[in-house]
Amino acid sequence: MGFAAPPRPSLFPPAVWTGVLAGTAILALLPILNLTFADGSALHISSFTIALLGKFMCFAIAALALDLVWGYTGILSLGHGLFFALGGYAHGMYLMRAIGRDGVYQSDLPDFMVFLDWKAYPWYWSFTEHFWYCMLLVVLVPGILAFVFGFFAFRSRIKGVYFSIITQALTFAAMLLFFRNNTGFGGNNGFTDFKRILGFTITAPQTKAVLYLVTLATLLGALLLARSITQSKLGRVLTGIRDSESRLMFVGYDPLWFKLFVWTLSAVLCGIAGALYVPQVGIINPSEMSPANSIEMVIWVATGGRGTLIGPIVGAGVVNGMKTWFTSVLPQYWLFVLGAIFVLVTLFLPQGIAGLVRKLWARRTAPRAVADPAAGGVS
Amino acid sequence: MRRILISLAWVLAAVWTSAFAALDPALVKPLGGDDADARVEAITRLGALGTPEAFAILNALNEEKLYVTPDGRVLVVEDDKATDPLTGEAFDLPEGTDSITVNNRLRRELESALAGLRLFADDAKVRLKAAREVQQNAGAAQLPMLEKALAKETDPRIRDVLDMAVATINLKSDDAEKRKLAVERLADTTNASIRPVLAAMIEPKPDGTFVEPDEGVRAAVVDTLARIDRHLLVIEWTGNLFYGLSLASVLLLAALGLAITFGLMGIINMAHGELLMIGAYSTYVVQLAFRRWFPGELDWYVVAAVPTAFIITAAVGMLLERTVIRWLYGRPLETLLATWGISLVLMQTVRTIFGAQNVEVANPSWMSGGVTVLGGLVLTYNRMVIIGFAVFVVIIVWALLNKTRLGLFVRAVTQNRRMADCVGVPTGRVDMLTFGLGSGIAGLGGVALSQLGNVGPDLGQSYIVDSFMVVVLGGVGQLAGTVIAAIGLGELNKFLEPYAGAVLAKIAILVVIVLFIQKRPQGLFALKGRSAD
Repeated sequence: MGFAAPPRPSLFPPAVWTGVLAGTAILALLPILNLTFADGSALHISSFTIALLGKFMCFAIAALALDLVWGYTGILSLGHGLFFALGGYAHGMYLMRAIGRDGVYQSDLPDFMVFLDWKAYPWYWSFTEHFWYCMLLVVLVPGILAFVFGFFAFRSRIKGVYFSIITQALTFAAMLLFFRNNTGFGGNNGFTDFKRILGFTITAPQTKAVLYLVTLATLLGALLLARSITQSKLGRVLTGIRDSESRLMFVGYDPLWFKLFVWTLSAVLCGIAGALYVPQVGIINPSEMSPANSIEMVIWVATGGRGTLIGPIVGAGVVNGMKTWFTSVLPQYWLFVLGAIFVLVTLFLPQGIAGLVRKLWARRTAPRAVADPAAGGVS
Repeated sequence: MRRILISLAWVLAAVWTSAFAALDPALVKPLGGDDADARVEAITRLGALGTPEAFAILNALNEEKLYVTPDGRVLVVEDDKATDPLTGEAFDLPEGTDSITVNNRLRRELESALAGLRLFADDAKVRLKAAREVQQNAGAAQLPMLEKALAKETDPRIRDVLDMAVATINLKSDDAEKRKLAVERLADTTNASIRPVLAAMIEPKPDGTFVEPDEGVRAAVVDTLARIDRHLLVIEWTGNLFYGLSLASVLLLAALGLAITFGLMGIINMAHGELLMIGAYSTYVVQLAFRRWFPGELDWYVVAAVPTAFIITAAVGMLLERTVIRWLYGRPLETLLATWGISLVLMQTVRTIFGAQNVEVANPSWMSGGVTVLGGLVLTYNRMVIIGFAVFVVIIVWALLNKTRLGLFVRAVTQNRRMADCVGVPTGRVDMLTFGLGSGIAGLGGVALSQLGNVGPDLGQSYIVDSFMVVVLGGVGQLAGTVIAAIGLGELNKFLEPYAGAVLAKIAILVVIVLFIQKRPQGLFALKGRSAD
């Protein structure tokens, strides 16, 4: 039992590497198929599918971010929807400015401001006509909020369910704030009716494909970043915080800065996910901040398998795929299904899909190891 | 008795005058004429008469039932039967009779005259309403009539309003002494709308003079304004205090069950809000049942709903504890997720059974309405009942936990589960019953909520964050802490609202709680010693 970290293997085991690369390649191919083959061709991928997958990948980034704090550090946040929405709003501010005079009222101001009879942009809208400034906001706003909130919360050692409840209160308060018309973010309608991004028409299939590919690249980057963090010594300290915070403190670590780092990083990642989400779905409103949305993020992670990195991505895809199917075919049953997922996953699948796969894999390979021909034959 | 006699006298008078003319024909005749000014004057003079027959004729004019014959006779026409209002004589409608048209100017005069005449109605409610109407736009012309009404009036409330109306008119009197008396009289008013009128009187004009020329009157105005302001402040504070207490009792009822399940057992029950909702729907079902089978007893359905809601929600709670929650003891975060899932299922179930729309739960008659205090503040009965109900529930829970065997077991299991198990406490059953108790209390909260606001499938969602805040603020495992936290939050909310608006007040409170938790992570009343983790 040495204290030095064991020799670090490559970032992923070869099998997983192959899986990640294959998945990335297939996902990257889809928008190209969408653009090159005409509607009706066997190889054509519908724009709806592309939009859907783009959305799911944003959710997957958010799930990955949540997994870093929950799965690896043991901090359950019920307020990640807030960071997601803040990133979305920050990007949305640019998109609203980019509408220019094409709004309903043909004014320099966004329609909702004209409607409120405002004459000028409030101070916090200054510079938002610059794309890069807004991209900076996407990172800074969730990051600073998370840093300040986290600093105070972790410093007074708020943990476990207390922390969860307070993050829920935080996002609830923010939702109430953004629902107000006078807050200056469009009230309950939020931002919508975007026309263009960096001069390109936002609804054009080419723009959509680029946004999709950027999201895919971000997801891959986030995955590699998360992997390198969790594999590092830092990651081992984080796991230590999860498993026994007080013991870690007795060994001489101050958990505050470790927690604060991963918490802020997670919020920033979530904000980026939100920023990618908004141009693809074309709307952002305060309901993204509702406590229910944040808890739904948690169930993506739980379903996929917390404490793994592929798990949350799979979980976000599976749960949202089911949601899309149910809400279009059997809308009245979706909440029953979602509720059942919550209960069944926590009761019977504590390690999620990733854990299940691992268990099945182990069961399949274990008999071979002891050379049991009967079991091998069955499988 | 006296009121009956008075109304009897009025009826007699009405019968008398319908047979024999009591109106001066010279007063009625101009109504049928063409001269607009003469008609307005006739209406004003008829109004000032203040007699039932004047009221009858003006009312007929207002309803366009007043006709004029070619020779200038004014007739009241009802169902093709004409009556002469002067003689009470009835006959068939003569040829060439035309209805008297009422233009806007006439209609305005008519309405104000009619309001004045209603001051003499039999029904005290009508009189009060008329008095308020007159007070709002009283003019000097109505002064004699008001004084006449004041002399007859016996109801102190109506007298008060009339008195104020007279004072309001006298503010514009030419006699400084009269103005001063009026200003002094108005010091007791509870009508905030008089304040700007008074304030305008002492407003300096650009040339240094005042609207009110008399020094003494101005001093009186300053005095009166101070008294009105003080009175309004008292009303505002009392109102805030009462509504804050009412909000506190709602928060308390919503959070008390949580204080047991979360505070004592450590279970994060995200479905707590839905248990409130089920309690509210139980009330609705009981109301339906009463409507169907005991319509005579409908007023008492709330009383029957209290035990029903308790039993239903307690049963739901115990079922949840047995099937889901007990497998998750010691894993609070998983409990949180599982119970959230349950809340979704419960919500959707209710939506499937009762529909997504809000259902209608009516206040029983003894809970609707309210009592007016301080002359301007309405304390509604339903809120008063709920404050009392919250006190009642707290006492019951306290007694249950501290005076019964079950309470002893609950406390034993909370303090040291293993030891309690060793000495023979059936911990599993105690867990189930405790959770059932917490859920049942949520059901009681639901009954109370159904009397205050909308009952819909989303009812619980809006209370879940608030109730957790109360419990966290109060400190886990502390009944007293929960009570004080609820009162504190309720009052703080209502006192902040006038300054910040409802939404900002709520946000401010959430921020305050988050900051407070920094200072005292264990809540207001932290457990000390060994039992503290």
